[in-house]
Amino acid sequence: MSVDAARLPEAGRWRSLFDFYVTTMRTAVAAQLQYRVAQYFYMIGMVAEPVVYLVVWTTIAEEQGGAVNGITVGEFAAYYIVWTLVRNMNIVFGAPFWEFRIREGRLAGDLLKPMTMLHYDLAYFAGWKFVVVAMWIPIAIGLSAVFHPTLDPTALQIGVFICAIWGAYLIRTMFQGIVGMLNFWTTRGAAVFDLYMATEMLLSGRLVPLQLMPGWVQTLADFLPFKWTFGYPIESLVGDMSTRSLLLGLVAQLLWIGIGLAGYRLAWKFAIKRFTAVGG
Amino acid sequence: MNAVRVGWLYLKIGVLNELQYRVNFFVQLLQSLIQIGTGLVMLSLVYSHTDELHGWKQPELLSLLGVQVLLGGVIHAFIQPNMERLMQDVQEGTLDYALTKPADSQVLVSVRTVRIWQVVEIVSGFILLFVGLAGVDKSVGFVDAIAFGCALVIGAVLVYCFWLIMTTGAFWIVRMEHVLELFEGIYRTGQWPIGVYPGWLRYSVTFLVPVAFAVTVPAQAVTSRLQWQTLLISFVFGCVLFVVARWFWRFGLRHYAGASA
Repeated sequence: MSVDAARLPEAGRWRSLFDFYVTTMRTAVAAQLQYRVAQYFYMIGMVAEPVVYLVVWTTIAEEQGGAVNGITVGEFAAYYIVWTLVRNMNIVFGAPFWEFRIREGRLAGDLLKPMTMLHYDLAYFAGWKFVVVAMWIPIAIGLSAVFHPTLDPTALQIGVFICAIWGAYLIRTMFQGIVGMLNFWTTRGAAVFDLYMATEMLLSGRLVPLQLMPGWVQTLADFLPFKWTFGYPIESLVGDMSTRSLLLGLVAQLLWIGIGLAGYRLAWKFAIKRFTAVGG
Repeated sequence: MNAVRVGWLYLKIGVLNELQYRVNFFVQLLQSLIQIGTGLVMLSLVYSHTDELHGWKQPELLSLLGVQVLLGGVIHAFIQPNMERLMQDVQEGTLDYALTKPADSQVLVSVRTVRIWQVVEIVSGFILLFVGLAGVDKSVGFVDAIAFGCALVIGAVLVYCFWLIMTTGAFWIVRMEHVLELFEGIYRTGQWPIGVYPGWLRYSVTFLVPVAFAVTVPAQAVTSRLQWQTLLISFVFGCVLFVVARWFWRFGLRHYAGASA
C-alpha cells in the first residue's frame, strides 16, 4: 500500500527511480559518515565473530598438520577475511527492526510516501554499504597482516564476486523482510527471528565453510536461500570454482531474488491488511 | 547500606513488572535452546576434527560454554538492560529524572531495569556446566567450587564495570547503541579457551574487554586448572576497574549538561 502518484511516461519513471536511488544513497552516506565511532563499534563487534572462528579452525588445522578437510590455514584466513566483507554487504533492514518500525509508528508515515517501502530500504542500506566498505578496508588490511590469507583470484572471480555480494544483499533483504512481517501478527517474534538466524548461521557458510559440514547438510543448503548469501559469494572469490559453477551460482542467486521478491510481495499484501496506524 | 536497600527495592519492582508478561518465559526458553543448540553444533563440528583444542577436551569445553551462557544470562538480565536504558536516557534527555532522585546516581542507573526471564539463560548455563563436568575425569572439590563462585562474581563485576565505562561514553558520543554489538561480538571469544587466541587478542579480551577473567577463569576453576595467582590477579583487577568505572561515571556526570527541562 502506498499513496498513488501521478503516472509518468515509462522512461520518465525509470529515470525518476534511478534519481531516487542515487539521492537516497547519497543521503545514507552523508548520514552514516556523521557516526564514525558508532560504525567502528559495530564493525569491531562484527569482525570479532569471524576472528573467533578463524582462530579456532587455524588452531585445529595446525594441530592436524596444516589443513582440515583440505582447507589450509591460509585458505581459512582468506575465507573469514572475505567473510567480513560479505557480512558487511549483508547488512539489511533486519527482521527485528520491523517491530520497531510498527511499534514506534514509523510505518504510518512511511505508507504516505509515493513508492513501496522496499525501495526506501534497498536504497538506504545500499548507500550505507559505501561507508562500511570504506571503513572495512583498514580492518581487512590489519587482519591480512596478522593472518596471512591465501588469496589469488582471477579477473572472472572478482567480477562474479562483485555481482554475488549485491545478489546476496538483495536475497537477504527479501527474506529478512518476509520474516520481519511476522510482526504484523505478533510482537513476540523474537524466538522465530532467532531460529531463522540460527538456521542461516548453520546452512549459509557463516559459521564454518560448508565443506566442513556433513554431506546431508551441504545437500540441504543447496536447496535453501542461505548459502547464496554467504557461502557462495565467499567461495566465488576464495574457492576453486569452475567457470560453470561460478555462473550457475549467479543464476541461482537470480532465482532466489525472484522467489524472495514474490514472497515479499505476497507477505506484504496480507500483512498490510493487519496494520492499524500508530502515531503518524 | 542504603544503596543495597535501593537496589533490592528496584529489583523487586522490576521482577513484578516482568512477571506480568509470562509468555516471555516461553520466548526466552526457545531463544536459549536455539543459542545452546548453535553452540553445541559448533562444538561437535570442532571435535569431529580433533580430540583436543589447546589441551581442552570436549566435556571441559562444554563446561566453558556453560559458564559463558550462564554469565551471558546474568549480563542480559541485570547489566545490559540498565545500560541500554542509560544510553536511551542520555539520548532522550530523561536521565535528569534519575539524577534528581536523592540516592547515589550510579546505583540508580545500575538497578532500574531487570529482565527476569533471562534467568532461563542462567539455568541453561548451569545445566550445560553440570553436563560438561559429568564428563570430566577429575571431580570438582570444595575449594574448586568456592574458587568458581568467587571468579564468577568477580567476572560479573568486571563486565558491569566495562559496560558502565562504555555507556558513560554516551555523555560525549550520543550514539553509543552499537556498543551492544561490540560487546556481543567480543563476548563470543569467551566460548573458547583463551589460550587459543594470538597474543594481541588474548591481552585485548583479558584487559580491554575482560571476557577472559569473566568466563575462562571460572571455567578453569571448575576444571581444576586455576592457579590461585590468577584468581588473585582477577580480584585485584576487579577492584581497580571498579574504582576506575566509579571515577569515570562521576567524571562523565560533571560533563553532562542534561537535555530535558
